[in-house]
Amino acid sequence: MPEQASKFALEVDLFYIALWLMTIFFTVGIVAAIFLFMVKYRRRHDGEIPEQIEGAMTLEILWSVIPFIMALGIFAWGAKIYHEMYTEPKEALEIFVTGKQWMWRAQHPDGQREINTLHIPVGRRVKLTMTSEDVLHAYFIPAFRTKADVVPGRYTTTWFEATKPGTYHLFCAEYCGTQHSGMIGTVTAMEPGEYESWLGGGTKEPPAVAGEKLFSSLACSTCHQADGKGRGPKLVELYGKEVKLNNGSTVTFDDTYIRESVLDPGAKIVENYQLIMPSFRGQVSEEQIAQIIAYLKSIGPKDAGATAAKPAAPAAVKSAAAKPAAVPSAKK
Amino acid sequence: MASEVIAQTEEPRVTYLNAGHTVKSWLLTLDHKRIGLLYLFSISVFFAIGGIYASLIRLELITPQGDLMSADTYNRVFTMHGVMMIFFFLIPSIPATLGNFLLPLMLGAKDVAFPRLNLLSWYVFILGGSLMLITIMTGGVDTGWTFYPPYSSIYSNTQVTLAGVSIFITGFSSILTGLNFMVTIHTMRAPGLTWFRLPLFVWAHYATSLIQVLGTPVIAITVLALAFERTLQIGIFDPKLGGDPVLFQHMFWFYSHPAVYIMIIPSMGVVSELIANMTRKKIFGYHFVAFSSLAIAVFGFLVWGHHMFTSSQSMYAGMVFSLITYAVAIPSAIKIFNWTATIFKGSVSYDTPMIYALAFIGLFTVGGMTGLFLAALGLDVHLHDTYFVVAHFHYVMVGGAIIGYLGGLHFWWPKITGRMYPEIWGRISASIIFLGFNLTFFPQFIVGYLGMPRRYHAYVPEFQVWHILSSAGASLLAIGFIMPVVYLTWSLKYGEKVGDNPWMAAGLEWETSSPPPPENFTYQPVINHDAYEFENVKEIKEAAAREAALQTA
Repeated sequence: MPEQASKFALEVDLFYIALWLMTIFFTVGIVAAIFLFMVKYRRRHDGEIPEQIEGAMTLEILWSVIPFIMALGIFAWGAKIYHEMYTEPKEALEIFVTGKQWMWRAQHPDGQREINTLHIPVGRRVKLTMTSEDVLHAYFIPAFRTKADVVPGRYTTTWFEATKPGTYHLFCAEYCGTQHSGMIGTVTAMEPGEYESWLGGGTKEPPAVAGEKLFSSLACSTCHQADGKGRGPKLVELYGKEVKLNNGSTVTFDDTYIRESVLDPGAKIVENYQLIMPSFRGQVSEEQIAQIIAYLKSIGPKDAGATAAKPAAPAAVKSAAAKPAAVPSAKK
Repeated sequence: MASEVIAQTEEPRVTYLNAGHTVKSWLLTLDHKRIGLLYLFSISVFFAIGGIYASLIRLELITPQGDLMSADTYNRVFTMHGVMMIFFFLIPSIPATLGNFLLPLMLGAKDVAFPRLNLLSWYVFILGGSLMLITIMTGGVDTGWTFYPPYSSIYSNTQVTLAGVSIFITGFSSILTGLNFMVTIHTMRAPGLTWFRLPLFVWAHYATSLIQVLGTPVIAITVLALAFERTLQIGIFDPKLGGDPVLFQHMFWFYSHPAVYIMIIPSMGVVSELIANMTRKKIFGYHFVAFSSLAIAVFGFLVWGHHMFTSSQSMYAGMVFSLITYAVAIPSAIKIFNWTATIFKGSVSYDTPMIYALAFIGLFTVGGMTGLFLAALGLDVHLHDTYFVVAHFHYVMVGGAIIGYLGGLHFWWPKITGRMYPEIWGRISASIIFLGFNLTFFPQFIVGYLGMPRRYHAYVPEFQVWHILSSAGASLLAIGFIMPVVYLTWSLKYGEKVGDNPWMAAGLEWETSSPPPPENFTYQPVINHDAYEFENVKEIKEAAAREAALQTA
């Protein structure tokens, strides 16, 4: 067993052990039966013809139905764990991760960045929102029993809660080219106090603040004005809500849609607006897009994002409580 | 008396082997038996190449540093190992060799339905294989046999397009063989040979042919799309061009999961024949075993998404795919239980084919059960893309498909060549393969659960001990695989000449002479009994009479 260092670890290990017990039971049973038959019914003489048995319906039904019920049980157990692993937690520390040949970059909510390492507090839910700048990667922490592919062009998420301090392996599990096996790092789980002081080091600028700066330096704010009078749609209080498009359909204003609109503004145009926005492809990195998303989330309805980041929200947002919006999901 | 003997040596019986001696008579043959041998020779060459790559991988992984070859070389080596073994050995193995040789014999037919198409299939296969050899010589491919974009479509600077074309072409060989078999089974059965009198080998090949005909076009389209994206920059899979990389995974596994059953169902057919004939029992629950092949083929098309539980596919899609995957487990379990029940009260022989058949049951049970681990959603998240997966599919593909293939090759060797292989060496090598195989792949289950990802050129030192065990097992396995090559080749010239039915087996193929004449039967067989009726086997009756005479004497 690898080290158990997350809430999932024990659950997954128990399941694993149960399945091995079942495997051993069936394999040993079948092998023992074969050995017994081999010895007991070995061919005694050349012209031997044994008694012929055509089959038995009762047996066939028994050994179809019993494995079927067992299989349903395994399915249900596995599905339960999976549902837990892949359902985004409501309250979580959200960290952005970018995969790139061949390194992992992470940015914490208060701006701390790191490469090929990830520092997290123990006893707190941590949600990773991940994308890739080039090819497929997969973020794999064996000690936490979690893994999720990191896919260019979309955001995937994974979450975990570390249960004990320590340093654990971080692997890339999806083949990504020459240095695939070198794309490894460490995850360090620390006591919350230590984590806070770790965050204290280095320069820091929360992604939402960096995103706000980008928003004005890229001149997004000239069209997307907070009062809705600009040439582009108003983005305040929008995160997580449904948006009507000019082709009559709707789309959720979430991470994926924001990213798409930055890179390919013509793909989904909001109702009553024209395509006048230029593409920012090649001008912004995946990390910067993540910062813009963090900013738009910070000016969104208060309970929309699952983020625990607390950037300086503009005063304009402090209006009435927005109605609960669907939790944005990157798993589409 | 003496003159008779002389007459025989002067005019040897005409068989498919001596019906023509020129190279041309082999390369332009329309005889399914000769085409089967052409395939046998070609896939053995490809298996050797794939095996050399496997040895290089195991050598590299003895130490954690990745010191034997560069990362780029290693990536090409494991890719070429997978491509060679899957597309050029496992998929054609049993259908193209034993299937080609035996199907018409088992049906009481002169040949397959379309003999020229059959020859064309081989040429198409050789064309595809040659392109793959050119691919290797011009630098190979480093994408993994799965060719996942956008790495394969934009980033890799190796021969991905050429490899894709090679696979595209080879696919046609698979489709044509499948088509030919289906038509043959439908139209060429001897009088009286109804569907439920067919040997289970034939049922297995029918199910396999369905997958080949329906599934292979999808992989062809997929690699073609990949080639277009690479060469023309059409955005199909790369998000930078507006494509979706997960789309490729759906298309790829829609074929490649059923392809696993192209490898394993024929092997199950072989094992059914081996168990029945080496125990002289009717297969317990014949109908269930026959239909389970079809069920596996049909369900096999519905489960591709279980390769993508962590790929960002939706959680609910994952649940549906997991659930359907468990449906495939049932027909597989039915087969295992029925084979075991067949041995019960049988007349069990200890000859090499039986050792292979029993090894198949044991190894396939482990391979199948560990498949349940991977289909279990929450557990797969941890196991996906680790060595656990590597161990699992080698248990199914090597422990299942190759073991069945070798068992079948030994069983029908006297029919193919007219000569027996040395039995003692057969048993020794089968046992070495069994031991070597387990030593190679069982440690990989453990190191996989510990977190060792697959396709790693260098790894963290704590995993080393498991790799050393695995590499030691691989050496043993290599010896086990080389031995049959040596003694089977030896037996071509020096093997004991045996009669038409040395195993006293039931089945039409044993009623004609060994090796069979060019047109298979010198008479039109008429069938009036089920498969595996051992009371009808002439050789058994004679042996029983001899024994009775001895006892009374």
